Amino acid sequence: MSCFAVKRGFLNGVKDMERLTEEQIERYSRQIILPEIGGVGQRKLLETRVLVIGCGGLGSPCAFYLAGAGVGKIGLVDSDAVELNNLQRQILHFTHNLGQPKVDSAKEKLQALNPDIEVVPYHLRLTSENIREVIEDYDFVVDGSDNFPTRYLVNDACVLSNKPFCHAGILRFDGQVITIIPLQGPCYRCLFPEPPPPGMVPSCQEAGILGAVAGVLGVIQATEVLKFALGKGELLIGKLLVFNALEMSFRKLTIQRNKQCPVCGDRPTVTELIDYEEFCNLI
Amino acid sequence: MKVKVRIPNVLQKLTEGKIEVYATGQDIKELIDNLDKEYPGIKGRICDESGNLRRFINVFVNEQDIRFLDGDKTQLKDGDEVSIIPAIAGG
Repeated sequence: MSCFAVKRGFLNGVKDMERLTEEQIERYSRQIILPEIGGVGQRKLLETRVLVIGCGGLGSPCAFYLAGAGVGKIGLVDSDAVELNNLQRQILHFTHNLGQPKVDSAKEKLQALNPDIEVVPYHLRLTSENIREVIEDYDFVVDGSDNFPTRYLVNDACVLSNKPFCHAGILRFDGQVITIIPLQGPCYRCLFPEPPPPGMVPSCQEAGILGAVAGVLGVIQATEVLKFALGKGELLIGKLLVFNALEMSFRKLTIQRNKQCPVCGDRPTVTELIDYEEFCNLI
Repeated sequence: MKVKVRIPNVLQKLTEGKIEVYATGQDIKELIDNLDKEYPGIKGRICDESGNLRRFINVFVNEQDIRFLDGDKTQLKDGDEVSIIPAIAGG
């Protein structure tokens, strides 16, 4: 009797275990053994399709853990190339990737970590014209973008397409994260109805970011994805988790759905995607 | 009413780097006015020219969003904790 066969005997979800290969059982054994996952949960993860928007500070650690866990299809969206100043926090990119598209660099590491999954790179900038077509093929979206126009674009597209997503933002030593299930809880516009005027809230490029803070928030996003896929635990729906690294504190703030929200409220006024550069006063 | 106010990183330049400060006020509006006396300029970052809270900043009293309480008229009591949370887009 092989050691794999012995392991099968100890693991739950016998029928689902039979649908996993011996290598998959070994690869994922440390999570299959969790009662909340088992063979059934592992099958769910392998059948889950997640789109990670941004292969930067948030998207890198998030996608890395999703790949490790065996999320079956991971889409990666980013229009940028790897720069030296990215490597302090964007852990999917190495020095030899400088100048390469981030999605190709990220795919290389994810497939090296786990050849058992499908990784689909989208080397493009998301716009009102293409985003709904891109997110259509996925069960869940991770927003790891780095600018306000994309954040409002992702929110509106996900709400209009009824697509669950997890939002996170980081700056200096601070981070915030919330999971948005359209119509079940508040959306990003319920939380922040309007973006700040240009220059009012600095970017990481202007104000800096501790690499490890990006890691903390990106891994929380990955955890939310895995819980969603497994149908286990409580998601951050209607809860903004606020992290501060200097005092090492987490606080969970309650957010409600805004009935006047222009996208998910009772009488929505935004029923199709708009020009988000203009919305953010950037043109 | 003396309450603890948690200052987000982007505004800590105005509070001499302090992450927490103490201030008084019967309600949020008065609290912000008093904060501005101690730390000039902070009100202008939190409120617009009309004195209304900016729409990319949320204020919470003990984890509850004041937009779903009484807005800037939300009453405060001793020992309350007020958090100021701006939108941040870094990724």
